[in-house]
Amino acid sequence: MAGKTLYDKLWDDHLVKQRDDGSALIYIDRQLLHEVTSPQAFEGLRLAGRKPWRIDANIATPDHNVPTTDRDRGVEGIVDPVSRIQVETLDKNCDEFGILEFKIKDQRQGIVHVIGPEQGATLPGMSIVCGDSHTSTHGAFGCLAHGIGTSEVEHVLATQCLVQQKMKNMLVKVNGKLDPGVTGKDVVLAIIGKIGTAGGTGYAIEFGGEAIQGLSMEGRMTICNMSIEAGARVGMVAVDDTTIDYVRNRPFGPKGDQWDAAVNYWRTLHSDSDATFDKVVELDGSEIQPQVSWGTSPEMVVGIDGRVPDPEQEADPIKREGIVRALKYMGLQPNMAITDIKLDRVFIGSCTNSRIEDLREAAAVVKGRKVSPILKQAMVVPGSGLVKAQAEQEGLDKIFIEAGLEWRDPGCSMCLAMNADKLGQGEHCASTSNRNFEGRQGFGGRTHLVSPAMAAAAAVTGHFVDVRELTN
Amino acid sequence: MRALKQHQGVVAPMDRSNVDTDMIIPKQFLKSIKRTGFGPNLFDELRYMDEGKPDQDCSTRPINPDFVLNQDRYKNASVLLARRNFGCGSSREHAPWALEDFGFRVIVAPSFADIFYNNCFKNGLLPIVLPEDVVGQLFREVEQSEGYQLAVDLEARTVTTPSGETFTFEVDDFRRHCLLNGLDDIGVTLEDAEVIRSYEESRRRTAPWLFGAGS
Ligand code: SF4
Repeated sequence: MAGKTLYDKLWDDHLVKQRDDGSALIYIDRQLLHEVTSPQAFEGLRLAGRKPWRIDANIATPDHNVPTTDRDRGVEGIVDPVSRIQVETLDKNCDEFGILEFKIKDQRQGIVHVIGPEQGATLPGMSIVCGDSHTSTHGAFGCLAHGIGTSEVEHVLATQCLVQQKMKNMLVKVNGKLDPGVTGKDVVLAIIGKIGTAGGTGYAIEFGGEAIQGLSMEGRMTICNMSIEAGARVGMVAVDDTTIDYVRNRPFGPKGDQWDAAVNYWRTLHSDSDATFDKVVELDGSEIQPQVSWGTSPEMVVGIDGRVPDPEQEADPIKREGIVRALKYMGLQPNMAITDIKLDRVFIGSCTNSRIEDLREAAAVVKGRKVSPILKQAMVVPGSGLVKAQAEQEGLDKIFIEAGLEWRDPGCSMCLAMNADKLGQGEHCASTSNRNFEGRQGFGGRTHLVSPAMAAAAAVTGHFVDVRELTN
Repeated sequence: MRALKQHQGVVAPMDRSNVDTDMIIPKQFLKSIKRTGFGPNLFDELRYMDEGKPDQDCSTRPINPDFVLNQDRYKNASVLLARRNFGCGSSREHAPWALEDFGFRVIVAPSFADIFYNNCFKNGLLPIVLPEDVVGQLFREVEQSEGYQLAVDLEARTVTTPSGETFTFEVDDFRRHCLLNGLDDIGVTLEDAEVIRSYEESRRRTAPWLFGAGS
C-alpha cells in the first residue's frame, strides 16, 4: 500500500464518521472567531436553542473592524456605529456563551491568523477552522486548517464537527535556494502566477522542497495564507525542527510530559516518502524574483524586472478580456515597466505579512531613509498587540517613524478597508496584503501585492524597485 | 433553509471570469449582524455609480445602465449564468445571502471557488457546474432571446433550455439531499452525537494537550 500524504494523515486523524454518500464528519480541535462572520452563527444557535459543543475549543478576537489609532478608548473609540455594533456583538456573544475573547484593549488582540500561532492556540496536527478564507495560514504548522462560511461556523459551534468531502492531494515543490531579498511572499505570488487563482481548486496543497524547508515559520505562514488565492482551501507544510522550535513555550501549548508526547506525535506529520499526489507542480526557487501584482487578481503578477502584459499577446479570449478589464481598472498601459508604476500609498500589514519578521525586513530597508515625498501615506500595521510590543522593544517603531511611516495599532486595517483606513479612488498602493480585487482596499483603489521588503523599498522611492538594489 | 427541487426562471448573464466575493458584496455591507437585506447591495460597485453605504436607501442612487442586472430584460432573473471561478476570494457567506436575497436560486458556471460553492448549499442556492463550451452556448442563447429561461431539476440533475435541450450536472448526494429537503445540517450531524462523543473521548486520551487549553 502506498504511503500517506500529510493531508491523508491529518484527515484520518480527524475522521469521526465516513458517511455512505461520500461526505464525512471531521472533528475540529480549534475554532477561531471574529466579529464579521460570527454574529449570525451565534444568533442561529440562540434561535435553535443550542449550546456550543465544546467551549474551550473556541477563541475569539475582533480584528476586521477595529480602528488602528486611538485605541485607548476601546470599543468607544470605534467611530462608525455599524462597526461598533459588530464588535460589541462579538463581546456580548462571547460573554454569554463563556468563550475566551481577546477584546479590543487586550494586548493579545490581533488578526486571528496572527494570534492563533502566537498563543500556541495553533499547534501541529490540529484541525482548525475560522470564518475566514485565510485560515489556511495555520497549515504552516502541519495543521488541517479550513476557511469556512458562517453556517459552518454555527455548525462547528454546535457539533464540533465539519461536514467535508476529502479533497485531492497536490504537492507544490519549490526546489533550490531563494536569493536573499526574495521572501515567502514572492514565492507564493510566483506559485499563484504559475498555477492561477483556480489552480488549487478542489485540492489540499502541501508546500515542500528545499526553499520551503529553508523558510522561517513566518515565511511558511505567508505561503499557506495565500493558498486560497490559488483556489485551495487548505495549504500545509510538514512539521520539522523549525515548527517545533516556534511552538515551544507558547501559552496554550503543551507543558511537561505532554510536551514530549506531543513532539513525538508531531514528528510523524509529514508525507511518507512513497506517498502519491494527484498533482505535482515544481518551481525553481533560485529563479524567483521579487514579485509585484499589476492587475485585479493575484494571478496577475510578474517579477520586478517584468512588464505589464499586452492583451494582444493572450490567446485565450476569456483571459484576454480579463487583462483588458484589469488594465482599464488599474489605469495601466500594456508593456509598461513595473518600475514605472507611480504609487500613492504603501500599506505594510495584514494576516499575510504583519508578523515580527515581516516588520524586521521592512525596517531593515527603510532604516536611515525617508518616505518618498510623492506618497500620500505609508503605514505599518502590526498583526497583534504582542507583535507591536516586540517591535517596539526592538526599536523598529522608531525606525519607521523616523523614516516617515505611520506606526499603527493592530488589526486588518487597509487589507480590506472595513475600518477607516482605505485608498481613495484611482490611488495605487503597494500592499503586503493578499487580495488585489477591484475595490478591495477602498472604492476605486488600485492594489499591488508585494512583500514587506518590496513595500518598504517602494515607500522610500515612490515607485516599485528591486529591493536588492537598495540592500546590496 | 428553503428547499429546492425544481426551478425555472429568467437567466441573467454575468460575462466575466473570476467574479470575487468582494464584487458580489463589498465589505462595507459585511458590518451587518443579520443574514437578510443584502439584495439591494448585490454587485454594489458594478450596479451603482456612487459608493454604497450600509443602511442606505438604494432606490434613489444613480444606477449604472450598462450593468446587466439593471437592464429591464433581466430584472426578474433568478438564474445567474457566470464564467470560470465564480465566487473566488473570501469565505463571506454574505455573498450567497446577497444573491439569494436578490432573488437568485440557481447559478450556472464552468467552475466555482470551493468555499463559495459550499456556502451556496447552506442557503438554498444551487450552484451548477456545466462544461465551458455548454456555458458558452448558453451565453449566446441568452443574448439572442429576451426572456430566456432555464429549467432546473435537482432530483434528475438536469438543466433544460427553452428549445428542450437537456444537460446533466453532477452534485454530491449529501448536499443534494439536504437541498431537496431543505434540511438543517446541524440537526443531521447531531444525530451522530454519540459517535462524536466517543471520538472526542479517544482524542482526549491520545492528545490531551488539545483540551482545556487556555491560560
Ligand atoms: S488581514 Fe485581511 S485577509 Fe487577513 S483576516 Fe484580515 S481582512 Fe482577512
